[in-house]
Amino acid sequence: MSTLNSNIPAGELTNKWTKYKSSVPLVNPANKRNLEVIVVGSGLAGASAAATLAEMGYKVKCFCFQDSPRRAHSIAAQGGINAAKNYQNDGDSTYRLFYDTIKGGDYRAREANVHRLAEVSSNIIDQCVAQGVPLAREYGGLLDNRSFGGTQVQRTFYAAGQTGQQLLLGAYSALERQVGMGKVEMFTRHEMLEVVKVDGKARGIIARNLITGELERHFGHAVVLATGGYGNVFYLSTNAMGSNVTAAWKANKQGAFFANPCYTQIHPTCIPVSGDHQSKLTLMSESLRNDGRIWVPKKKDDNRRAVDIPEEERDYYLERRYPAFGNLVPRDVASRAAKERCDAGYGVGASKKAVYLDFTFNTERYGKIEANKNNIQNPDHATIMRLGKEVVKEKYGNLFDMYKQITGEDPYETPMRIYPAVHYTMGGLWVDYNLMTTVPGLYCLGEANFSDHGANRLGASALMQGLADGYFVLPYTIGDYLSKELATKALPLDHPAFVEAENKVKETLDTLINVKGTKSVDYFHKKLGLIMWDNCGMARNEAGLKASIAAIQQLKKDFWSDVLVPGTTDELNTELEKALRVADFIELGELMCIDALNRNESCGGHFREEYQTEEGEALRDDEKYAYVAAWENKGDGEFTLHKEELKFENIKIAQRSYK
Amino acid sequence: MSTGNMNLTLKIWRQKNTKSKGELVDYKVANISPDMSFLEMFDVLNEQLITKGDQPIVFDHDCREGICGMCSMFINGRPHGPKNGITTCQLHMRSFKDGDTITVEPWRAQAFPVIKDLTVDRSAFDRVISAGGFISVNTGNAQDANNLPIPKANADAAFEAAACIGCGACVATCKNASAMLFVSAKVSQLALLPQGQPERYKRVQNMVAQMDAEGFGNCTNTGACEAECPKGISLENIARMNRDYLSAKFVSQEEA
Repeated sequence: MSTLNSNIPAGELTNKWTKYKSSVPLVNPANKRNLEVIVVGSGLAGASAAATLAEMGYKVKCFCFQDSPRRAHSIAAQGGINAAKNYQNDGDSTYRLFYDTIKGGDYRAREANVHRLAEVSSNIIDQCVAQGVPLAREYGGLLDNRSFGGTQVQRTFYAAGQTGQQLLLGAYSALERQVGMGKVEMFTRHEMLEVVKVDGKARGIIARNLITGELERHFGHAVVLATGGYGNVFYLSTNAMGSNVTAAWKANKQGAFFANPCYTQIHPTCIPVSGDHQSKLTLMSESLRNDGRIWVPKKKDDNRRAVDIPEEERDYYLERRYPAFGNLVPRDVASRAAKERCDAGYGVGASKKAVYLDFTFNTERYGKIEANKNNIQNPDHATIMRLGKEVVKEKYGNLFDMYKQITGEDPYETPMRIYPAVHYTMGGLWVDYNLMTTVPGLYCLGEANFSDHGANRLGASALMQGLADGYFVLPYTIGDYLSKELATKALPLDHPAFVEAENKVKETLDTLINVKGTKSVDYFHKKLGLIMWDNCGMARNEAGLKASIAAIQQLKKDFWSDVLVPGTTDELNTELEKALRVADFIELGELMCIDALNRNESCGGHFREEYQTEEGEALRDDEKYAYVAAWENKGDGEFTLHKEELKFENIKIAQRSYK
Repeated sequence: MSTGNMNLTLKIWRQKNTKSKGELVDYKVANISPDMSFLEMFDVLNEQLITKGDQPIVFDHDCREGICGMCSMFINGRPHGPKNGITTCQLHMRSFKDGDTITVEPWRAQAFPVIKDLTVDRSAFDRVISAGGFISVNTGNAQDANNLPIPKANADAAFEAAACIGCGACVATCKNASAMLFVSAKVSQLALLPQGQPERYKRVQNMVAQMDAEGFGNCTNTGACEAECPKGISLENIARMNRDYLSAKFVSQEEA
């Protein structure tokens, strides 16, 4: 076991980033034109990085597997983006955002990175507004904010329930502007299948043109992965169907350590599973928790309709257990509490695996405010509810429509049924302060890296981190590396490193096509998903994890001997694309279980049943596990653990309490 | 709940690649649940095809929650199917009846060539955006966001135009395969905001020129695009774009 160097600059926490920025080596404009950077992924992190690097003068190539960079899954983020602007005058500050994020992450994130994130959060809002992103405003014309979980201030900026869409389209516009100027070369419908290394440094990638099946070689002085999270390892998640771990996994096999893979975020408010035909799960934004109240019946197996259950027979269990934060406890806490009620027999709906999210109270409250505003004296209940519904509709209309579309029930009339679902992965490639992985020249941004959220991410912080990394962090930190690469000539594409990497990819493709087994890719993916959900999901234990490791090893053998991939490698072949992704998910799944088994404590999204307080809360072991677990891939399912000790110099580490 | 009792006949467009000729092929699916989404019904069909050793039907899809704009099926003569205000992935089988025959084709437009089966190439949209669908502001040049108050009504109108997901349903349903609704949504979003004013007239001219170059047709005010748009983008945007396009002829060369 070695110790990892995170390259955190010396000095006071609050000055580290400022000092770093003014002392990091620069690359002069003439030299930038000769330096090429590959960016894989075009979500918030990838698009903002590609656009900004091109604005600075670097030659950029950007890759995405979708038909347009605008489709990256950042687009589906609903609720909002945090920034320590303190526009609401409610006592917010950079320090509070930093503190909330560290505490929300259950003291498993790196202080210096999180503070930097909080520092640049304000710049992100400024940048997005300058780009014409239509964030929500108040009548005075200034920006509006809403509340999110794990905080007691209102610092979340939003655009109805489509914040991710608007922010991504802002970054996409910036990217397309550079494409139009010829400074970014965009490769859509391309999937990265290998990192090319020369003398230990990342020097390019092998990408597959998904339309023709051709394998392409691309050189870069540096390679940036912004390829999102791996929630689809569970088969069912709120991720897009194409979201995958392949780029990060190939990097892991090439020497980039994978950190904290077991930290998975299970989001408390998703539409419950309706049957085994289901292909994905849909999130109902966390912003709804601010305006709704979560409850289950006090009586077990209560089959009455929600509206027929009187007030005194309802258990608002989050408000009961956590009076200080109530419905706005962090996601991991809210999810476990929902599971606890359902497991105990208080769940609702046909499957009994759901709880109610009820908007009646706030609809009424908003209605009264509106009646007041409009000088309606002594309004009757129906008028109040009608006025209130209009307010709710303006705030969350698209989410309510989405819910109705999927379930066939009208949430304006009856409470939503919700249940936790896999949503985000805090783990990812290990990066240092510069966002560089353990492979020199290979960077990792956004959800794909591990760096800022510890063991649990707070709501509205994913958009913040993606854009912070892409707009404001990497463009500085990459200079540190590239300033030393001025003499490096572009690698000829017939260089043996490219030939070897491409042959390896070709071999994998041919192997998959030639198995000609009997089971579809989805069959294996669903099996993997079940193993992971049952044993490495919301609750984990030693026996379950050990059994899953064995089950996954068996599944891997079955996959490679019995998968059926129709068609050929030299055409648009969506089954082949899925097979490549699932092959990597299977290997990652095993590592997630290994990591979860290694971490003999509970923290954030990682809940080991053996380690809990008497009240059922996560019980950390700071003596033994205040470290980042970074896994080196030795091949053939062998992994070596490396540790980065987490030092808390500015925050007093404590048992997390939201009571 | 997983299996239902709907039996359906599907007529689906199959086309090997851009150059080959396509045709409608008949398929049958059984025990479909009304709770399935339309794309999950396609998953069932594809699973059938794969286990028989046939090639599955290739179709674009990704987020499956109506926001990425990738799914694009022309169902019984309508983009995204029989319901208004949703994408294909949000369409559920409860909108159909047992015994129905459903015809599924790709988007059809000269500017959207078929790649394979139901998948088309919509990169023309990206090129229209890169011709001018942005505000030219480099990272790091922004002032404090609240230094520029924007009346709520303008901000809301800009937001409504910005709701476009770039799916191309407007083009697919238009008898002229016009992209005016798509282009005007972006032109409007930026024209309605103070940040968008410096490049307002140059932007509309550049984007319209690129739209024409891509081979999209002209607008004849039929309004099918507005009716079929899953995000309810209004025809008013086209009127606004036309006004700006005309105005651009009268403003000084420097501004345009």
